[in-house]
Amino acid sequence: MSRPVAAIAGAAETSLGRLPAMSELDLHVDAALLALADAGLSLDDVDGITSAVHNPVEIAHALGVRPTWFDGTSVGGTSFLVHVRHAAAAIAAGQAEVVLVLHGESRRSVVGRHPRPVPADGMLGQFELPFGVYGPPTMFTLPYLRYAHETGTTIEQLASVPARQSEWSHGNPRAARPSLASVDEVLASTPIAWPFTKLMCCMVSDGGGGLVVTSAERARELRRTPVYLWGSGEAADSPLVSQMPDLTRAETFERSAAAAFTEARISHNDVDHLMVYDAFAHVPLYGLEALGFVGRGEAGAFVAEGNTAPGGHLPMNTNGGGLRYTHTGMYGMFAIQEAVRQLRGEAFAQVPDVEVSVVQGVGHFFSEAATLVLSNQEVSA
Amino acid sequence: MFVSGVTPGEGAAQALPTPTTRPFWDAATEGRLVVQQCGSCETHFFYPRIACPSCGSREVSWVDVSGRATLLSYVINHLPAPGFEAVGPHVIAIVRLEEGPTMMTNIIGSDAVPDQLVIDMPLRVAFEDRRGQVVPVFAPREEHAA
Ligand SMILES: [Zn+2]
Repeated sequence: MSRPVAAIAGAAETSLGRLPAMSELDLHVDAALLALADAGLSLDDVDGITSAVHNPVEIAHALGVRPTWFDGTSVGGTSFLVHVRHAAAAIAAGQAEVVLVLHGESRRSVVGRHPRPVPADGMLGQFELPFGVYGPPTMFTLPYLRYAHETGTTIEQLASVPARQSEWSHGNPRAARPSLASVDEVLASTPIAWPFTKLMCCMVSDGGGGLVVTSAERARELRRTPVYLWGSGEAADSPLVSQMPDLTRAETFERSAAAAFTEARISHNDVDHLMVYDAFAHVPLYGLEALGFVGRGEAGAFVAEGNTAPGGHLPMNTNGGGLRYTHTGMYGMFAIQEAVRQLRGEAFAQVPDVEVSVVQGVGHFFSEAATLVLSNQEVSA
Repeated sequence: MFVSGVTPGEGAAQALPTPTTRPFWDAATEGRLVVQQCGSCETHFFYPRIACPSCGSREVSWVDVSGRATLLSYVINHLPAPGFEAVGPHVIAIVRLEEGPTMMTNIIGSDAVPDQLVIDMPLRVAFEDRRGQVVPVFAPREEHAA
């Protein structure tokens, strides 16, 4: 790989769970101050800022920053991966030096929550909402039965995704669902959108997170071990789940990951740790196949057999994921945070000797994707 | 002329047509399913647009389709959207029209149980009047009757 230009020099999460005293604006500010403290930087150092759904200018002003670079790209839960990629490009171009990538969402308590309207005269409002879809649990899940039909993936294998991930978050006081969950328990939980049960769906929480992205050179002078961005990619396709080109493939993941792996000059054998955004149980299965870690139709057995669980050779979603740890609505920030913790050696369920972590994000219903290849090594050995 | 299957009540989302999409909704009111077809590359496409997404041609026209489709994928929804509270578990599906385009719909004419909902099963369009708005829904189709 070529020498990385950008690095994550600070990273922090806010409190998680039920936070009725914090508005979404407050959560952004809280996350920013925590991330800056982690990096050992102050407001004066910041010249760039990003946020999703909320205008980054509103966040900057509340925080007390007068940015000369900002990005409010809002593409669902993968927005923050996109922001890291865009920030790295801005840093490489000399347009910014220290960028705060911020997330705060009051999904559970709904305090100061920015409206997310679906206009009745838009395409979603006209051609999907009238049929009774009601948010992600009824839209993101829709492609799955076709995937199961074509690949032979079983309902028990689907249920093994949250069950296996619960082994990572078991006992973590920050996890919303810190218990162990068995396949039977997952299958027996409340039906949401058959074949999906409650424990195959992410929970709903309040929280936020912040990242300080700066040049690799500057990051090396700061207090924390730099987490270098070796490569990244982004891709998009249909914003409507009913218009996905192939219901059985995360085609957007394929394109964003291919770009990131190519830029980072890594192959699958180089990857020590993997985060695949898991809003619902099938998404990591699609992700493992789209990223090429397994062949088509092999992901269900791969997870069920424990390959991604503690002790497995491809540790995945090691915070428990959106299914067990936290899910504020736009979970991508927390997938990055866990990758940073693993690369720093400070995760709750630490994997030994992690040098390369891949984070795969998704926006909406496979509509947008972004991939980050992160490492605690400046260049590969 | 109109069937009943999934009948949401007050508060259910209704489509608000735009000038570009209105022909689709007007046709549904007449019991016809229409999509657009490109005059240049002949692709059928859906949702309605001012230009063909395959080639960019603005030469597009509305055509009647056969109403035959197959079941691509579905969920049986237990999380009712506003207005669907009294409906009970209902089938939200993605179907593929014989002419190529896919669309979201509800499946009627079968119980909302997996045994009766087989992936790739043949379907035929029907129209349901939902509090003044007619929407295309799909029902199982006997192969020999097609
Ligand atoms: Zn065309």
